[in-house]
Amino acid sequence: MDILWESRDPLTVRQVSSGLTERDLAHTTVMTVLDRLAKKGFARRERDGRAWRYRAAESREGYVTELMLNALEQTGDRQAALARFARSVSDTEAAALRRALGALDTGTRE
Amino acid sequence: MPAAVLILAAVAVACVPAASALAAARWPRRSPAAAILLWQAIGLGWGLAAIGALAGLGADQRPGVVRGAYALAYRLIAGRGVAAAGARSLPAAIRLLSLATGAVLLLLLSGALLAASAAVLRARRRQRALLTLLAHGDPKVPGALVVDHPAAAAYCVPGLRSAIVISAGTLDLLDQAELAAVLAHERAHLRERHDLVLLPFTALLQAFSWSVTARQAHAAVALLVEMLADDQALRHRPVAARELATALIRVGAAGGGRAPLGSLAVSDHGADGQVAARVSRLLRPAPRLPWPAIAMVCAVAVLVVTVPAAFLLFPS
Repeated sequence: MDILWESRDPLTVRQVSSGLTERDLAHTTVMTVLDRLAKKGFARRERDGRAWRYRAAESREGYVTELMLNALEQTGDRQAALARFARSVSDTEAAALRRALGALDTGTRE
Repeated sequence: MPAAVLILAAVAVACVPAASALAAARWPRRSPAAAILLWQAIGLGWGLAAIGALAGLGADQRPGVVRGAYALAYRLIAGRGVAAAGARSLPAAIRLLSLATGAVLLLLLSGALLAASAAVLRARRRQRALLTLLAHGDPKVPGALVVDHPAAAAYCVPGLRSAIVISAGTLDLLDQAELAAVLAHERAHLRERHDLVLLPFTALLQAFSWSVTARQAHAAVALLVEMLADDQALRHRPVAARELATALIRVGAAGGGRAPLGSLAVSDHGADGQVAARVSRLLRPAPRLPWPAIAMVCAVAVLVVTVPAAFLLFPS
């Protein structure tokens, strides 16, 4: 997937294979992986003669943003899918918390 | 009107102020597990009593509400009309309406639970797929997945293939002891499947999004689950309350302040007070409830469920 993200043009299976130099993978293995990525919607593929050309459906940053939006979404009380450690608080409360932290830190830390 | 219906209706009605009182009470912070049990009992007891009262009003409840309602539904489907339950029974239209309302409530509650479960499973599958592509390990947080993003986020994806996710922003924000505290807290969530505890209350909130009580119940249980995980984190690992508290403050305060994603700048007032409540509880721990009090809470929880269930199942 990293190789697809780094490439501007759609790649054939062989081009992806040759990009994976550090790992010696069989051509069919790479083909299977790309096929599964396409089925899950992470890669788009198009016909180019007899071969498929693959490209990433969305940029890496796009996926990271989606992941983090889900993780931090503000309508979190409607979602039980994830358990957050601490939900973000309003600016006023954040300021109050930081004051409390400052009071704690003046003891032993920093 | 027969006693069974009156008692079921009384239980259903009484559950609402009881839930509000429980949401406002201070003692649940001292023993979150007992309080969660009581919340579950009130939720289940309310559902049983409300559906039972409506069904019982429509059906002949002398053989027990469930069998009475079943017999009535059977007569209706067979096209034999509504049999008079007795000389003092209500008009057929009211009885049918009440039975139908009970059936709608039953369908609404079970449908909301199914829908919430499906949405949760879908969101988790997407999370796992994205994490497989994007996340990597880091020696600072053994066993957790790291996502390269500057915002402070720490969460877990519960399920059979569970994962703990820490953002790069959190790694920068917290020191080693605080990270260990976060991991212990998230592991407690995963180990005890706190997501399953919260799921019915999420479904209840989705079914009755207009209801203040449903919102109170959801917020209270969500907070109690976090407190329970805080307690477990302190118990199972060499984690100090102080580190957990400072980690909470840093992550909670960072989320709103320097959010790089547009929508994150909006504050979540639902979370206000929750982080502060957990912090003050960690720094100034109150003693746990004495065991007679816990035993009483458990006894009340059992009664709240068994009384409606008894009237539903057994002849009166």
